[in-house]
Amino acid sequence: MSQPKEIFVKTDRCVGCLSCTIACAVEHSKSKPLFGAISETPVPKSRVYVQWVEPEGKVPLVCRHCEEAPCMYACISGAISRDENGVVITDKDKCIGCWTCVMVCPYGVIGRHLEEHKAYRCDRCPDREIPACVSACPTGALVYDTVDSFSGKVRKHASRELLLAEGG
Amino acid sequence: MAYTEKILEKSIDPSVHKMLERAEQLNLETVWDRYEAMLPECGFGELGVCCRNCNMGPCRISPFDDHGPKKGICGATADIIVARNLVRMIAGGAAAHSDHGRDLAHTLLLTAEGKGGGYEIKDEGKLKALAGEYGIETEGRSKEQIALDLARAVYGEFGKQEGFVQFTRRAPEKRVALWKSLGIDPRGIDREIVEIMHRTHIGVDNDPVNLILQGLKASIADGWGGSTIATDLSDVLFGTPMPVRSQSNLGVLKQDHVNIIVHGHEPVLSEMIVAASNDPELVALAEKVGARGINVAGICCTGNEIIMRHGIPIVGNFLQQELAVITGAVETMIVDVQCIMPSLGPLSECFHTKFISTSPKAKFPGATHMEFSEEKAFDIAKQIVQAAVENYSYRIPEKVLIPEDKTECMVGFSAEAIVKALGGTLDPLLNAIKSGDIKGIAGVVGCNNPKIKHDHGHVALVRELIKNNVLVTTTGCNAIACAKSGLMLPEAADQAGDGLKGVCRSLGVPPVLHMGSCVDISRILTLCAAIANALGVDISDLPVAGAAPEWMSEKAVSIGAYVVSSGIFTVLGTVPPVLGSKVVTEVLTRGANEMLGAAFAVEPDPVKGAGLMIAHIEKKRQALGI
Repeated sequence: MSQPKEIFVKTDRCVGCLSCTIACAVEHSKSKPLFGAISETPVPKSRVYVQWVEPEGKVPLVCRHCEEAPCMYACISGAISRDENGVVITDKDKCIGCWTCVMVCPYGVIGRHLEEHKAYRCDRCPDREIPACVSACPTGALVYDTVDSFSGKVRKHASRELLLAEGG
Repeated sequence: MAYTEKILEKSIDPSVHKMLERAEQLNLETVWDRYEAMLPECGFGELGVCCRNCNMGPCRISPFDDHGPKKGICGATADIIVARNLVRMIAGGAAAHSDHGRDLAHTLLLTAEGKGGGYEIKDEGKLKALAGEYGIETEGRSKEQIALDLARAVYGEFGKQEGFVQFTRRAPEKRVALWKSLGIDPRGIDREIVEIMHRTHIGVDNDPVNLILQGLKASIADGWGGSTIATDLSDVLFGTPMPVRSQSNLGVLKQDHVNIIVHGHEPVLSEMIVAASNDPELVALAEKVGARGINVAGICCTGNEIIMRHGIPIVGNFLQQELAVITGAVETMIVDVQCIMPSLGPLSECFHTKFISTSPKAKFPGATHMEFSEEKAFDIAKQIVQAAVENYSYRIPEKVLIPEDKTECMVGFSAEAIVKALGGTLDPLLNAIKSGDIKGIAGVVGCNNPKIKHDHGHVALVRELIKNNVLVTTTGCNAIACAKSGLMLPEAADQAGDGLKGVCRSLGVPPVLHMGSCVDISRILTLCAAIANALGVDISDLPVAGAAPEWMSEKAVSIGAYVVSSGIFTVLGTVPPVLGSKVVTEVLTRGANEMLGAAFAVEPDPVKGAGLMIAHIEKKRQALGI
């Protein structure tokens, strides 16, 4: 079975341009292109967040779609489930807006849709091969990859650093 | 009263703490809230690597070597894009200062023609001195005749195509020769600004160094041209400042008076508001509506202009403009141009405050526009003051909270006033520098910026300088920060090193000299030129240094560029948007030294920044053998 891909974050790459948040909101709009999306009501919402951490930290955060997703276990209305691709999804019809998922999410990446009275979060862009935020990221801070491939690249980098440190 | 850490970290000024707490209570937004909402700021913008100069883009260059575009669609590299953006900032700043100068030339022209609605020539001596620089005949002529010729000559500087800008010739001959050899001796003020806009259009100048040279050229046209014109013609029309005592900070607003704040930059408006506020009819009207009088106070550089000429108190600097409205005690906030936050309109609507715009160049949402014209200046000023007085009865007492904080200050040190305080000659100052009592002179200027704890950058840097016997000259928002912190009193000499302390005590002056508004940095240039000429050296040989600890505006970029072009090492407290280009960063921080004998340094820590300036001053002293 092929491994599912995740959205990984390279925190040292983020320059805080917020391109990911714009792309996410546009992808989740009705009209899609930016110029149409900006005049929609309700305003299309981004599901990716770029958090500012003093003095210079800029950290993109998005739903990790945790294997043991706390939100899924905590949801009292049974609205949260995992689809066949491993994506944790909230069934809007079942969501009662109790925000228990918000309370238990360790990343704080579940939002409140004020107009719909529902929780919303990253859905990994089901219509796209690569999530919109990842495509939009101009610096490669967001990476869409499998765990094996991603950690393989990290190992390769670490090995190179190790050899350099040893005077290689 | 204990404030939250969140409030305390925003400013060193207790009046700001008080008003930020008040803003929280009233659920009002300020510049600091908007700054926080903006975080993180876009890294491409911070690095200067985004370009919107044509519609193939917008383009941005990835700062990471292995990922993302390395060139704009036209092929522009990060070096080209950063240089283009930087010089466009200089164009914006030079345009703002110079347009201010142009307005003064216009006012002088109208006054000379007898069409100025209440202006007069107050400093005939300075008029004649300036006329002398232009070779205008003064003997046996009326001041109006001289002023007419001077105004026309100065007006001509803006649209001039060839030759040079007259006041640049105040610079030492060596400096002018250097400018000529680098091709950066400006031909005319507007021309150099326009040429920047041309060169930065798609597909024109794509050499970062060539672009920067044009930026320097326009900045020299600002500092030694437009800004000098603004300063000197203001002196002719409104009087050359002489030392005067006044007060600073939000506590200058009065509970039982009609409070009128003038905010912006050009004294053409504020001078008339000051005059109109003394009009007996309006004073009587103020009493009739239950006030004990009319209290005019300034913010930003308009505040600097009127405090140094009339001792009119100053409410605060750039980051305090919203807080002044939040006192609930301001009848009108009258504005002209530059550094006026558009947030003032919606904020004023939460109080009885009338936000009045006056310049055809600057309109604001939520403002009442009462257009000012020089021809009917006094009449319009009276109407504006009357609107303020009539608004007094609409003040909402339960919304009024004026902080008690106010500090005495001695201001008004024009170059002429400094020479006068020295006994008519620069010699005592030169001797003090030679003897080492005064190690050197610093020009500390610039804005406020919520990226830096309000006034901390200014005050900590200045304190460190005077402690080390560096005499500080200051303008703009730094001057206001120093006034509020008590550094502009002769008694502040106690905070200076022994040498500087002795000099200040013998002359009865503060260790920090208020030289005016941001265009009045020209006064510092004129003073440096006079010192260099007296010693027979270039400005770059002098033990002097500049700093802009909390800068934010395009004007500050132009200022930095002309100060370095004049040969003065300059420390910036916030990082300019150039780090995306190695070439531009290298030119500004190192290459400029070889070209101009001065360069920039960036140091957000104000005490370390002062350290860089002191080290530079020591180096220059050694080179001079003093």
